[in-house]
Amino acid sequence: MATVSVKGVSKLFGTFRALDDVSIEFDDGGFYGLLGPSGSGKTTLLRLIAGFEFPDMGAITIGGEAVERLPAEKRDVGMMFQSYALFPNMNVFDNVAFGLTVRKLPRSEIRTRVGEALELVELGGLETRRPHQLSGGQRQRVALARAIVFRPRVLLLDEPLSALDKALRTGMQIELKRIQREIGITTIFVTHDQEEALTLSDRVGVLRDGRLIQEGAPRDLYERPKSAFVATFLGDANLLEGIVEGAAIRLDEGPLVRTTAPLPAIGSRVTVAVRPERITVSPEAQTSGGEHNELGARVEEAIFAGNSLTYMLSRGGRKLRVFAQNTGSEPVSADTPVRLVWAASDTIVVEA
Amino acid sequence: MAAAGRIYLGLVLVFLYAPILVMAAMSFNDSQLYALPVKWSLRWYADLAGNQRLIDAGINSIVIAMITTVIAGTLGTAAALAFFRYEFRGKRLLQILLFPPIAIPWLITGTAMLLFFFWTGIGRGLHAMVLGHVALALPYVIIVVAARLKAFDPDLEAAARSLGASPWQVVRYVTLPFLAPGVVAAALFAFAVSFDQFVISYFLAVPGVSTLPVEIYTSIRKGFTPEINAISTIVIVSSMALLIGVTRFYRFGGDR
Repeated sequence: MATVSVKGVSKLFGTFRALDDVSIEFDDGGFYGLLGPSGSGKTTLLRLIAGFEFPDMGAITIGGEAVERLPAEKRDVGMMFQSYALFPNMNVFDNVAFGLTVRKLPRSEIRTRVGEALELVELGGLETRRPHQLSGGQRQRVALARAIVFRPRVLLLDEPLSALDKALRTGMQIELKRIQREIGITTIFVTHDQEEALTLSDRVGVLRDGRLIQEGAPRDLYERPKSAFVATFLGDANLLEGIVEGAAIRLDEGPLVRTTAPLPAIGSRVTVAVRPERITVSPEAQTSGGEHNELGARVEEAIFAGNSLTYMLSRGGRKLRVFAQNTGSEPVSADTPVRLVWAASDTIVVEA
Repeated sequence: MAAAGRIYLGLVLVFLYAPILVMAAMSFNDSQLYALPVKWSLRWYADLAGNQRLIDAGINSIVIAMITTVIAGTLGTAAALAFFRYEFRGKRLLQILLFPPIAIPWLITGTAMLLFFFWTGIGRGLHAMVLGHVALALPYVIIVVAARLKAFDPDLEAAARSLGASPWQVVRYVTLPFLAPGVVAAALFAFAVSFDQFVISYFLAVPGVSTLPVEIYTSIRKGFTPEINAISTIVIVSSMALLIGVTRFYRFGGDR
């Protein structure tokens, strides 16, 4: 297997800057998720690594070898496409065998290796089926088997699960992770689905407008987003603005909010984010110590979703959101004034 | 509604096939004056076997149509692939320019070709007919192949490349197998355009070298004989057999 390194890569399409000076190190055997909204450049980056496009600037290496000028067929990179791109004129066996057939491997070896790959994705026995005779999940497994059977140095996945329905997706996530671990291949995948990125990846890079704006382990990104964009793109967040005052933030509408995170200089404007699931809705004022934050709000609506409750609240003109576990107690009814309580350590300072 | 639809369908079929059936029946009628009832005979087919001019013209027609099919089919498929794959200056204009030759009356195209071939020294004869037929058939081939390519997922080629296939292997194992039904349909079009062609062949023929439609026209002018019915019937039956065979083999549009 191999490490992949992208250094200072830029890609222009006409005057549109699809990628702007992006550098990422992909660890050997790691599962790296590229996350971003559409147009963020994540798919372009994947296509550059695959060799379907060439960068205008920067270097790409696979296992230390410079590949940015090599065409796709010389890169030894397996890719699974969003549409799966199974060859409609070939059956399952010939699809999976394709990477070995064009390499002119002996027939007996092709048979053994295709058999192993199909075994790995649990599709043994379907060799003679045509792609259109398979279910969505089966097609995806064929696409995966085809991408790994020739033992590429890197596996690229483009929106691997987006074509599957929700029930199947969760199962395939676990499956994909198992197969990746089993063969230990360096894997890079692209998604716009934050939950998928957090579930599958060891590391996540968030792209926006062609730039890498933050990367790290999934928990890091979720707990310590460095921008309002990352805070709201990865999960849900209530954003509050104010000015640094001592070791706390004076919100524009008056109250003081405490945090344990390092703060910029006194007087700077900052935005803080609080995750909806870290806030408790409480009918009366708490006798809080210095470790807690408290903010008055009014319940506008309590939405019941079985195992959880979502409170839609308003404070002044601002909308806030709180997720609560369904503990069996009666939800707070609409139009009730409440106190929102959260720990100082749950106040995330994002850039202004 | 269903009854009205069935009657309508019946009328369409009668309108299409009645003249052909009458011609076929008459080719087996012993009477030269189309006297009824039909008295079955293979007399006109026997005469036809002795008519070297018609047989030669028929062979010419088949040879020209086959050469046209191969040349127009290859060039047209390559052109359709180029339109599909590459962005280049003037591409849109070139695509638009494909349509007028289909709409321009053949009489005008034929006159223009005759003038042009005379002026450039290409002249007349079999080679000129092949050139003219290729030019006529090319737009049909490009349009039919391009229509098939519309349904082609470019990711298929990308996938083949990422699996290590050389550009040639990509075309051979992925693109062409997908295109095959479209290419076969286009080839049939090219063959038909050439085989049916009268006006341009008439202009470009030289004495002693003509095609079947030109020879049939000449014979009719000299005085109609049921031999013409006989050869027409042979042409119709063989072309229908070819078409039915091909459509059964490929189930156009049916494979995904």
